Amino acid sequence: MRNILIAGATSAIAQETAKHFAQDGDNLFLVARNPEKLQAVADDLQARGAAKVATLNMDMNAIDRHEEMWHAAEGAIGTIDTLLVAYGVLPDQQACSKDIQRTLETFQTNTLSVIALLTIAANIFADQHYGTLAVISSVAGDRGRQSNYIYGASKGALNIFLQGLRNRLYKANVHVLTIKPGMVDTPMTAHLRKGPLFTNPQAVGEKIYQAIVKRVDTLYVPWYWRWVMVVIKAIPESLFKRLSL
Amino acid sequence: MKRYESWGRYPQAPAKEIRTMFWRNDDFPIKEDRLPMLAYGKGRSYGDVCLNEGGVLVDTEHLKRLIAFDEKNGILRCEAGLGLDDILEIIVPKGWFLPVTPGTKYITVGGAIANDVHGKNHHKAGTFGRHVTQFELLRSDGRRLHCSPDENSDLFRATIGGLGLTGFITWAEFKLIPINTAGIIEEKIRFANLNEFFEISGSSDKDYEYTVAWVDCLASGEHLGRGIFMRGNHATGGFPLDPHHGVRLGVPVDFPNFVLNPLSMKLFNEAYYNVQRQKEVRLVTHYEPFFYPLDAVKRWNRIYGRRGFLQYQCVVPPTDGVEAIREIIRRIAHSGNASFLAVLKEFGDIPSPGLLSFPRRGITLTLDIPFQGMPTLQLLSRLDEIVRQVGGALYPAKDARMSAENFQTFYPQWQEFSQYIDPRFSSSFWRRVTNNQEGA
Ligand SMILES: Cc1cc2nc3c(=O)[nH]c(=O)nc-3n(C[C@H](O)[C@H](O)[C@H](O)COP(=O)(O)OP(=O)(O)OC[C@H]3O[C@@H](n4cnc5c(N)ncnc54)[C@H](O)[C@@H]3O)c2cc1C
Ligand SMILES: NC(=O)c1ccc[n+]([C@@H]2O[C@H](COP(=O)([O-])OP(=O)(O)OC[C@H]3O[C@@H](n4cnc5c(N)ncnc54)[C@H](OP(=O)(O)O)[C@@H]3O)[C@@H](O)[C@H]2O)c1
Repeated sequence: MRNILIAGATSAIAQETAKHFAQDGDNLFLVARNPEKLQAVADDLQARGAAKVATLNMDMNAIDRHEEMWHAAEGAIGTIDTLLVAYGVLPDQQACSKDIQRTLETFQTNTLSVIALLTIAANIFADQHYGTLAVISSVAGDRGRQSNYIYGASKGALNIFLQGLRNRLYKANVHVLTIKPGMVDTPMTAHLRKGPLFTNPQAVGEKIYQAIVKRVDTLYVPWYWRWVMVVIKAIPESLFKRLSL
Repeated sequence: MKRYESWGRYPQAPAKEIRTMFWRNDDFPIKEDRLPMLAYGKGRSYGDVCLNEGGVLVDTEHLKRLIAFDEKNGILRCEAGLGLDDILEIIVPKGWFLPVTPGTKYITVGGAIANDVHGKNHHKAGTFGRHVTQFELLRSDGRRLHCSPDENSDLFRATIGGLGLTGFITWAEFKLIPINTAGIIEEKIRFANLNEFFEISGSSDKDYEYTVAWVDCLASGEHLGRGIFMRGNHATGGFPLDPHHGVRLGVPVDFPNFVLNPLSMKLFNEAYYNVQRQKEVRLVTHYEPFFYPLDAVKRWNRIYGRRGFLQYQCVVPPTDGVEAIREIIRRIAHSGNASFLAVLKEFGDIPSPGLLSFPRRGITLTLDIPFQGMPTLQLLSRLDEIVRQVGGALYPAKDARMSAENFQTFYPQWQEFSQYIDPRFSSSFWRRVTNNQEGA
């Protein structure tokens, strides 16, 4: 049985992932910033069969509270063995290009606070010699494009950080999973037109669950994004810079 | 990419905009554009009750959280977009089952209430709405009304079977029934004609929870109305409590229209009837093939090709109706406009709580008819006449074409119902059957 801490538990993708753990009868500690949504998610997972569900209402940008959060989680459900980091923001690229504040806020949420949390978690897992760190990044972090490079860079930094952690923690038996979804139909993308490349959060949640259980290193989801990104990454920069992607 | 069609794929009546509710406490996705709105579940209605041409469809797909599952007393509270398929996965292992289920599990709780759906146990359990204990109705003015038999009881009755017109159901609570296993003890009995059907049906209603019959609509003369009667009860032992599993076949592309020609239909019907050699067969089966044989093929509606198909479901009164059913089957057989599936069942007399609900005491016949333009519409109009003459009615969830005049005859309470409609809500169906083109 797992003891799972989910940071950003009200994310659509996180909810779909958590359902599988609830069905397995695991213990869940859910953290999110909106209390009403958090309660709705907790009730759902409890009714779906989770052994214990406890919640904490907080903004993940409150980095100085991360340690306190971890203690609260251990107090509520016991030693944590799985951390799923699901929160994130998708800022408007156009607005960001002219707005330093917004750009930096994106990095604060998507990158810096995640790195802060992972630092705490990595040391705890390294000491206990087990644990899974699963972090939702994005295919957008694989190459910078004019239409989405603030978000892309904020996730790209995570990818490199996670590679390093994986390498460092391998000997400590700690599993590090980098999750790279393509476009998913969730509140984050509600304002975008839905083309055929969009996937639903159920499909993504199921794959994340399986990747956690099977201790996968990097998950592209759906799978074809791995090959799409191989192609995108292979385009020489001299040509890439001319494209309107 | 998701398509917002109805199951019969006729008519094609595209909405101007799709909006989504992600959380049950979200504000209504309402704007100043004054477009008429309508909730959209899984689009398993056949005609246009779930369509809103030129208006807004509010997708309920993300409203699928459980709120509370009382495993001791069998009471489930959940958001309105949750599918019966998901619900079964959760409740069956705990020894509970749906109080009423239609012939597909891919419908939402909101859709089950709005069409006040019925199943093979209508004679024992009535409609789905009878098992609903409470729900929340979000009106376009932002009010959230708690509705139950005791609170806002008028809106409670109007919303059950209210075709989505009284507002948006955010969550609902309903009662489950206990089961010991996921199995059904099923008996299949061949009958040679309609008289035999009524005999078997009459003698089965008391001891069998579930009854329904498949009728060979292409057989005529002395074989008219022959078919197979299916009845069953939940098995009490010898079967685990496993829910259904996800593996399904799919129909990936539109079938060319010639696949379902009169000859292929006739062969199908012959084969189905004759495959059962003995007069009577008894078996224990999982609930999945018993209740949801069609769910085995994902998107089977596509076998009817691009033109789509129509479903026709009527109910006629018990005694006067017998001759009407005979006449309808005769007309179908003669038309050559074959029906792949014809289903016959006797409804019981348990009243529906819904003001506008379709099920009522009598005999109900359901036909699938490939859409072949004018001749199809003419044939069905003639069937409408027969239904009307004996004081029967048609099921809005299956309809894409009944006239306003007929609807208003079948549902004389429609005007009383109108006072409960949310002023910002409408559907293609409602505009059609009330002759009102306003708003879209
Ligand atoms: C193979 C098959 C077999 C079937 N067998 C049966 C049967 O045996 N008995 C039977 O009764 N029906 C049967 N049906 C019809 C089906 O059960 C109904 O049409 C059902 O209402 C479809 O539910 P849905 O969730 O797809 O809703 P939709 O078809 O998307 O919508 C149906 C209505 O519900 C309203 N609605 C949906 N959600 C909400 C909400 N949250 N708030 C307010 N209104 C809402 C819509 O506005 C619309 O008016 C069958 C359908 C199929 C495809
Ligand atoms: N959707 C996609 O196409 C897509 C593609 C690739 C990667 N991703 C990534 O997938 C993850 C999950 O997103 P989603 O698609 O499931 O969208 P979502 O449902 O909108 O989830 C985003 C979540 O992040 C939370 N959040 C944002 N800032 C926060 C903060 N400072 N503190 C706490 N919580 C915060 C939001 O909380 P509130 O509800 O309170 O705002 C929300 O629950 C994100 O990391 C996203 O970048 C998404």
